[in-house]
Amino acid sequence: MNFQPGKDALKRNFKIVGTRTPRPDGLDKITGRARFGADMTAPGMLWGLILRSPHAHARIKSIDTSSAEAVNGVHAVITAKDFGPCPEDVLDIRENVMAREKALYDGHAVAAVAATSRAAAKQALKLIKVDYEVLPHVTDVDEAMKPSAPIINSKLFTKGLDKTPKKPSNIAERFEFGHGDVEAGLKQADLVIERTFRTEATHQGYIEPHACLASMGSDGRGDIWCCTQGHFMVRQVCSALLGIDASGLRVTASEIGGGFGGKTTVFIEPVALALSLKANHPVKVVMSRSEVLRASGPTSSTSIDVKIGMKKDGTITAGDATLRYQGGAFPGSAVPYGAMAAFACYDLKAVRAVGYDVIANRPKQAAYRAPGAPMAAYAVESVVDELCKELRLDPLDVRLKNASSDGSKASYGPNFDVIGLRATLEAAKAHPHYKTKLGANQGRGVACGFWFNFGGETSVSLNVNADGTIGLSVGTPDIGGSRASIGNMAAEELGVPHDKVRCIIADTASLGYNDVTDGSRVTFASGLAAINAARDAIGKMCERAAGIWGIPVEAVTWEDGTARPSSPNAGKHDPLTLADIAAQAGATGGPIAGHCEINAEGAGVSFATHMVDTEVDPDTGYVKILRYTVFQDAGKAVHPSYVEGQFQGGAVQGIGWALNEEYIYGKDGTLQNAGFLDYRIPVASDLPMIDAVIVEVPNPGHPYGVRGVGETSIVPPLAAISNSVSSAAGVRMTQLPMSPPKVLKALGRI
Amino acid sequence: MVKVQVWGSLKSALEGADEVELQAASIREVLDQLSATYPAMKQAIDRGVSVSVDGRMYANSIMVPLKPDSEVFVLPKLVGG
Repeated sequence: MNFQPGKDALKRNFKIVGTRTPRPDGLDKITGRARFGADMTAPGMLWGLILRSPHAHARIKSIDTSSAEAVNGVHAVITAKDFGPCPEDVLDIRENVMAREKALYDGHAVAAVAATSRAAAKQALKLIKVDYEVLPHVTDVDEAMKPSAPIINSKLFTKGLDKTPKKPSNIAERFEFGHGDVEAGLKQADLVIERTFRTEATHQGYIEPHACLASMGSDGRGDIWCCTQGHFMVRQVCSALLGIDASGLRVTASEIGGGFGGKTTVFIEPVALALSLKANHPVKVVMSRSEVLRASGPTSSTSIDVKIGMKKDGTITAGDATLRYQGGAFPGSAVPYGAMAAFACYDLKAVRAVGYDVIANRPKQAAYRAPGAPMAAYAVESVVDELCKELRLDPLDVRLKNASSDGSKASYGPNFDVIGLRATLEAAKAHPHYKTKLGANQGRGVACGFWFNFGGETSVSLNVNADGTIGLSVGTPDIGGSRASIGNMAAEELGVPHDKVRCIIADTASLGYNDVTDGSRVTFASGLAAINAARDAIGKMCERAAGIWGIPVEAVTWEDGTARPSSPNAGKHDPLTLADIAAQAGATGGPIAGHCEINAEGAGVSFATHMVDTEVDPDTGYVKILRYTVFQDAGKAVHPSYVEGQFQGGAVQGIGWALNEEYIYGKDGTLQNAGFLDYRIPVASDLPMIDAVIVEVPNPGHPYGVRGVGETSIVPPLAAISNSVSSAAGVRMTQLPMSPPKVLKALGRI
Repeated sequence: MVKVQVWGSLKSALEGADEVELQAASIREVLDQLSATYPAMKQAIDRGVSVSVDGRMYANSIMVPLKPDSEVFVLPKLVGG
């Protein structure tokens, strides 16, 4: 308990942290006992279904629900009229969950029905008459920026310019980051390469569709059970949209079958709640896969220009990027984070990144692991790779030469604290993968990536049970093994075996507010809170021991799960274990618990280097991933198996993004591939084993040195794979996905 | 005096200055002074910002104490996946 954070953290002799303990949710998940969103039921429950716009852009002239309401079994039909006034900060969410004057994309919700059976609800949906006036639409980011583009929101005037424009446009905001004289820097270069890149929108691809059960009583109190990355967020937004007190709505997070950022907002929860309010019955809504793809939140599609100058010795003299991200029908794409992350891996004297947030007739984008960063890294790392090739320089040596390091000024402004980019590059250079020989039509690519990571509001409660076991309640849904890592940190701190701690996700009535599970924050922030809660409980147990022994609490010390007199002067007393103290808790003052409520700060930024070998079939354009290695700084890997899983998962999602996945829109602006048969995510047979190398450069902001690891792993793959394919094909690839037709076109075969 | 910088597109809000120096003991005091002095900054701050203090990022903590020579950087509010 007495040690310094940062580098000293690794000197600590951890007993549990850093070990591969069994998954606490393993049995539930392999036996089917785990309850996901769609598994929830309630007495008198109705089924809710949502009617969605078949048009990309249309004015809603009228909605006639009378025939639907007359269907036997239908208890409620709602439209936007059932959502009243709400605070300004949730106006876009209100319009996204139910269209008002206009349907803004194919799949936009326009009405919903609750009925005693899905069949009755389906029949009623067909009877809702919506009179649309179809409007011109735009789905492409570059087209949407043109002055001639159809204006989606006549009240949208570009922010971030010196003067507010007089005409509305689809450009919501301009962002700029950087420092130094870019033009002068480019003049110092021996070689300048400028390229334009395009990436398509992809979906997080979580296996579990959105699902929820809402029950609202006439007394103004209700419950929601749902799969979400943030049940406190669900409570906050639904309360605001429907005018319910926070204490009147309790939200419980189910097990979650993947989120990756896509479940950090609401889509169906307010609809189910409004239906329940009107029907006075519990209502369950479960999205189909088609609905998930059409109407939840994919990533942005992008168009990016990058210009970089390099000297013959590999020194980067300047970097310049213009990034255009369409974020769907509402402002708020991840372009500022893309612009901030674009050059973060490089210590540059002159750098500029300009971002444009653009709206289009597509579903509102949602976060997807390191939002905005993978596309930016793809463009920058592709140009760096091409410069290395042209100047005949080793790509890892060039990155080591220019790498951001401790104290260097980040391209987005501040100076870095202790960081591990250089360590990941050195690990990559020393790895056998880098020396493996390549065959015909094969290529190797490397790329680096960065993500910020953050902390946020966090509340944890730790109960010492009478039998010496521990109940640990956290408020951050477990999307990647956090119950194991948080429980293990509490066990480490208390000095008890890991299996004596049961970590659960408590509902919104049981803990203080918790921010969403995002930003790679949970193992860092909830772990920090759990350590503090354990220390709080240890303090109380030391007080109990002092009382039992009749000595001052200052004369009691805690070691390995046991209270002991701190010195012979404190008298001779037999040590009291945690279980001994817990057994006497009632008689010595009542139950013992530890708490921590914090806004956790001090999250350490994260870097990774990826290396991938591919083989391109020149006849079919098929790209095979031959071998793939991830090198990432975890600060301190609390549970190495889960850390490796995060590394591997990010790489696999990046492989899908790079090679196959894309939202395909028809000329009418409707999504053409709203199903997993036509929207191709990688499956096990597409992949080699992803090798994960954990690098540990402790974060000075955490007592164990922990950094978040969940997002950075998806930042380098697009670039690493594109660099590999470009090498294998002998032609620079500048568009994703690199599906067979695109590869064949690049090869000049079609 | 605390040195305060803002992200590029907000430099015009600081009337063209690369950075301003403020007498501030916390993030809250920095944001209050920027809002009071520069109307265009107030809009951005009201929409939400993150603040870096001496290289460490604070998402929404306004009570963070500053040293007299702290380097403060105001950035867009961060989100994650």
